[in-house]
Amino acid sequence: MSAIAEHEDRQPNTPDFTDTERAIINRLQRGLPLTTAPFKDVADELGIGEQVLLDHLKAMLADGTLTRFGPMFHAGEMGGGLTLAAMRIPSADFDRVTEQVNSFPEVAHNYRREHELNMWFVLATETPDGIADTIERIEALTGHPVYNMPKEQEFHVNLHFEV
Amino acid sequence: MSTSTLKSEAATISQKDRELILATQDGLPLVSDPWAELGQQLGMPADEVLQRFRQMQESGVIRRVAAVPNHYRLGYKFNGMTVWDIHDNAIAEMGQQVGNLSFVSHCYRRPRHLPYWSYNLFAMVHGTSHEEVEDKAGKIRALLGDHCAGHTILYSSEILKKTGLRLRKQKHNN
Repeated sequence: MSAIAEHEDRQPNTPDFTDTERAIINRLQRGLPLTTAPFKDVADELGIGEQVLLDHLKAMLADGTLTRFGPMFHAGEMGGGLTLAAMRIPSADFDRVTEQVNSFPEVAHNYRREHELNMWFVLATETPDGIADTIERIEALTGHPVYNMPKEQEFHVNLHFEV
Repeated sequence: MSTSTLKSEAATISQKDRELILATQDGLPLVSDPWAELGQQLGMPADEVLQRFRQMQESGVIRRVAAVPNHYRLGYKFNGMTVWDIHDNAIAEMGQQVGNLSFVSHCYRRPRHLPYWSYNLFAMVHGTSHEEVEDKAGKIRALLGDHCAGHTILYSSEILKKTGLRLRKQKHNN
């Protein structure tokens, strides 16, 4: 582990990526160019071979460094429903409810958070009406209320993790 | 509604775009020419596939075609959902200012649910340490001044599920 002073606070948590892995992770979060040979173009930009890029991508997907590589959909723009919802689940019930909530294909992300409202998930449905219906079904299955927190206004979305 | 973006009258996507979305929601084929590969699967010329992706990105149906990291694996183990109780008459202005901070990845106005939830502004910040997140939250607090009646930070302690947004095949489950 190279100890660069200004990164000191990060070292204990930061995995050791090679320079190539770092470059790929940083570059590909920003998006693949929509060109006829997109991986070749990115590989050229990074000064590596196209096959090296593809192999690294596959390896990082396989080992869980990347959860996905593909189009990032904007559910609202697809005419569907999208919301953030939260639940208050007693710890004794948490595993059961997690399994039940995760069993819904409409649940895209689900996080445990440290608060009285301790389960937070994103629901994406094909139609706007699907949200209310899905929430009803989750409440019926789990026996706990769901607090719906749809976005009322979007100020900014730009998720990027530099490594 | 004031300035920005409440788009509910979204474009309906065409059947062919839909097929492309369904074919790629688990991921883009990791081959030299992914468009041709998809075209072959769907019986569509490669250049039409590429053209449709360009058009979907242009119109905002897809934000981009990109790598989605497991941020825990990248060392960003502390993801703090900072939430703020902002006076209703200041929310549009304050939301915009918080959203403009470089370290805020998502920023939304959302409804309160009293008595359990009094916060109407959500700003997601990520850090490699607890202190880093607290420090960023402190900067937001300073920016908000008297407009803020209370706040807290919710840390995620576990990813319970992360599949991304998905379209379902066109049928209803019972």
